[in-house]
Amino acid sequence: MRGFANHPYIPNSDPRIQGEMLHEIGMTSLDDLHRDIPDELKLHREMDLPEAFDSEYALQRHVEGLLKKNRTCKEYLNFLGAGCWQHYVPALCDDINSRGEFLTGYGGEPYNELGRFQSLFEYASMVAELVGMDVVNVPTMDWAQAAATTARMAQRYTGRREVLVPELMDPDKLNIMRNYCADDVHFIKVRCTGQGLLDKADLQSKLSENTAGVYFEMPGYLGQLETEPQAISDLAHAAGALSLVGVDPITLGVLEAPANYGADIVCGDLQPLGIHMNYGGGQSGFMATRDEEKMVMEFPSRLFGIAPTSQKGEYGFGDVAYDRTSFGHLREKAKEYVGTQSALWGITAGVYLATMGPRGMEEVGQAMMQNAQYAAAKIDAIPGLKANALGSVFMKEFLVDFSGTGKTVEAVNRALLDKQIFGGKDISKEFPQLGQCALYCVTEIHTGEDLDRLAAALAEVTR
Amino acid sequence: MNTMKRIDRSAKVRVGFHEAKWDEPIIYELSKPGERGILAPKAEKQVVQAVGDGVSVLPAALRRREAVNLPEISQNRVLRHYMRLSQETLGADVNIEIGQGTCTMKYSPKINEQLARGLFDLHPLQDPSTVQGIMEIFYQTDKYMQEISGMSRFTFQPGGGSQGLFTMASIVRAYMDSRGETRDEFITTIYSHPSDAAAPALKGYKIIYLQPNPENGLPDFEAFKAACTSRTAGFIQANPEDTGLFNGQIARFVDYAHQMGALCCYDQANGNAVLGVARAKEAGFDMCHFNLHKTFSTPHGCGGPACGATGVREGLEEFLPAPLIDFDGEKYVFNYAFENKEFGVHKVRSYYGVAPVVFKTYCWIRSMGPNGLYQVTKTAVLNNNYLFRKMLEIPGISAYYMDGKNQRVEQCRYTMEKIFQDTGVSTGDVQRRMMDFGMHYWTSHHPYFLPEPITLEPTESPSREDIDEYVNTLRYVFQECYDNPEYVKSAPHRSTTHQVDESVMDDPEKWATTWKVYLRKYK
Repeated sequence: MRGFANHPYIPNSDPRIQGEMLHEIGMTSLDDLHRDIPDELKLHREMDLPEAFDSEYALQRHVEGLLKKNRTCKEYLNFLGAGCWQHYVPALCDDINSRGEFLTGYGGEPYNELGRFQSLFEYASMVAELVGMDVVNVPTMDWAQAAATTARMAQRYTGRREVLVPELMDPDKLNIMRNYCADDVHFIKVRCTGQGLLDKADLQSKLSENTAGVYFEMPGYLGQLETEPQAISDLAHAAGALSLVGVDPITLGVLEAPANYGADIVCGDLQPLGIHMNYGGGQSGFMATRDEEKMVMEFPSRLFGIAPTSQKGEYGFGDVAYDRTSFGHLREKAKEYVGTQSALWGITAGVYLATMGPRGMEEVGQAMMQNAQYAAAKIDAIPGLKANALGSVFMKEFLVDFSGTGKTVEAVNRALLDKQIFGGKDISKEFPQLGQCALYCVTEIHTGEDLDRLAAALAEVTR
Repeated sequence: MNTMKRIDRSAKVRVGFHEAKWDEPIIYELSKPGERGILAPKAEKQVVQAVGDGVSVLPAALRRREAVNLPEISQNRVLRHYMRLSQETLGADVNIEIGQGTCTMKYSPKINEQLARGLFDLHPLQDPSTVQGIMEIFYQTDKYMQEISGMSRFTFQPGGGSQGLFTMASIVRAYMDSRGETRDEFITTIYSHPSDAAAPALKGYKIIYLQPNPENGLPDFEAFKAACTSRTAGFIQANPEDTGLFNGQIARFVDYAHQMGALCCYDQANGNAVLGVARAKEAGFDMCHFNLHKTFSTPHGCGGPACGATGVREGLEEFLPAPLIDFDGEKYVFNYAFENKEFGVHKVRSYYGVAPVVFKTYCWIRSMGPNGLYQVTKTAVLNNNYLFRKMLEIPGISAYYMDGKNQRVEQCRYTMEKIFQDTGVSTGDVQRRMMDFGMHYWTSHHPYFLPEPITLEPTESPSREDIDEYVNTLRYVFQECYDNPEYVKSAPHRSTTHQVDESVMDDPEKWATTWKVYLRKYK
């Protein structure tokens, strides 16, 4: 007989039970179950896949063997960031997101999955405070998806088709935005100054009655912070466009909330808020706006709202303006599409923010800045190296220019690897005009000793 | 003298159930200034001595003026709050998951979850030599998906089923663009997922819906021929659809679409009906996608993180998003060959997709093997047909499209129209009442195409007794519809909350999607 009898995950894989069940439904064999599939569509052989492990333990041994082929950022010293960042994950975050009820919840109603609705309402409430907005969605895929939806929301809100973006933005993110926005939004690059900031004259010249929004990031892809974000928002607004701001939310304990410098739609990634890097699997996007009907109605995502119930003193929840979404009656005529995205990471980000509190967020922001500035100073002191190559204000990421050493970033990173250090992301191919630059990320997880070790290693390998 | 008698546990329905109900405040209401949830890492003395406070470098305009309004709560109280909220969530681990039809709510093995923690501290941009283990897992899982579907190559970038559908629509668009074709229509069916329509629409396509044949519930081939023209770019369909009916004519549809120059996309979000039995390739499809959080158990996470693994046939690989992962004979390497093609999808999600989901898929497939996957499908279909038979024995319950063969594949859409006509109790009322027994119950996507729909899918995970219990509970509730209709209509009574006043949800003056807005609107 084909099939794996008595598999522990399949209670009814017992042949005796199967026989009884088949008998009850008037069938004689498992083949009868697929009578509706014509023979020519059937696979008349066993699939060519490895046989199952014969125990849970054997699976564990095998997989642990594969995991041993990886070197983790706990074994090595890591300075990679560029959209996925190594931060401290409080124990509560993993404890809560591995609770079976959350882990295996899905599409239940606010009555029997109240915890899912409430925890996501709370996450939205806390992220709203971080960015200074009123409305935050149940999370989408990642920052790039959130930025793409931000552009589409701006397009629909203004009825215009152009979104201006910085020339120094993450090319992967822009690729994702372009593919997602298809013919509906045209992205136009705005030149950046030597400091990597938006060139306001160029921005001004590209703003027109076709401009739906100006998208910029705080901090930018290369770590640079715009020093006059309000002026950018003002320019956008003067042209009748929206100010669209991407943020790294872990910086917002010390950085001004974007709503306070004119942002109309804020987006970003929740990964730094209590979610492990997971080889890029921890990304989770959000958008935030004011509670303005016209804007709220442009969200494609689910928005959970609080409401009274038939019982006095009881909190209930539900979907705000459900028919905005493709789950409602309008299907493809609704806003974009919605589906399974990254809700568990939203819950986790809520746990993180509740655990950190206002002081924790301020402290983590400060610690990142101190460590990053310390590292930059140490690196800058090495002959031939230039840290913070853009000369901008930065938070946790900055460029290191190796051009003065005659060495490529690739060669430097290879040499660092021998010293069990992951050097910063090589951006020399993405932005050749910046020379041999690497994007270094330093956070609260680095100790002074770690940073000294990095500096010593860099000095040695660039000598 | 012992007066205790054997306790009678013969009741077949859990009439004593009550879901956890903690009357838990909103987290801001727990805040007490001065309390702390954690001591965050601080810069060390030597660092502070060298750079000072760090934040002074910020221009005044960038510096946050006021502390973020976040709750201040000690750690044990934060934990308690979220533990209570988790208990108020009916995950698959704690209930007999039959009610969420189309969602493929199967058991998600704990060993896989534990092992996935081994990925926590991997950065996606690490040198490939330091991530050969996870790259091997991506590579092998791609191979397994190829064998399961007959497709030639998979991407794991899509972060959910809908993004998988969007990726397929993007591939169709890029392919058509590469040939200078300006086709502007996509065909789907009314019983397919809403995203089968919404995703292609985002790529600029007009959606043409096929209506089911009223006799057999399947899309009609003649109607398809009328719809499929030189304007058709793509045809996208789930098979079986939500009805649990398999369209045995599918190869004719695909052939005809190909004759007309269109590409065909197989929505296999739910692949539980056909593992090891039938594949996208034999039906002629150009591409397909699998929801790894459904068929491959990884699990659902309250709605992600997830993966809509998307595969294409030979000849379409160049349209997949970059990078792919190859094996060069010695090591696993990234292949960026298609990243900058003039016509391509280039990228749909950051990095390579949700690695832990791919990882858990790998583990699950390795714990199943070819015979286990086949067993999954056979048992899921057996369970569903057993359920189907039991459901139809309940007075007032029927299924549409009873064509004489009277069987379904892995799920079924039923109707309680007669009970509604008899009692005035609707399928939405029964849905809420089932929660009083700790069970899910799903109606249908919107708009309801059939009156008073019920969509159930047992998967391979429940035992026969579990299925019996689910059916007995439904039978009990349907009897209540006759005996005490008002009680069913006013349900839930033993869930975490009672009926929500939904009128606030569509009123901009009244809705409140965050705590601050709630406080502002309701002083």
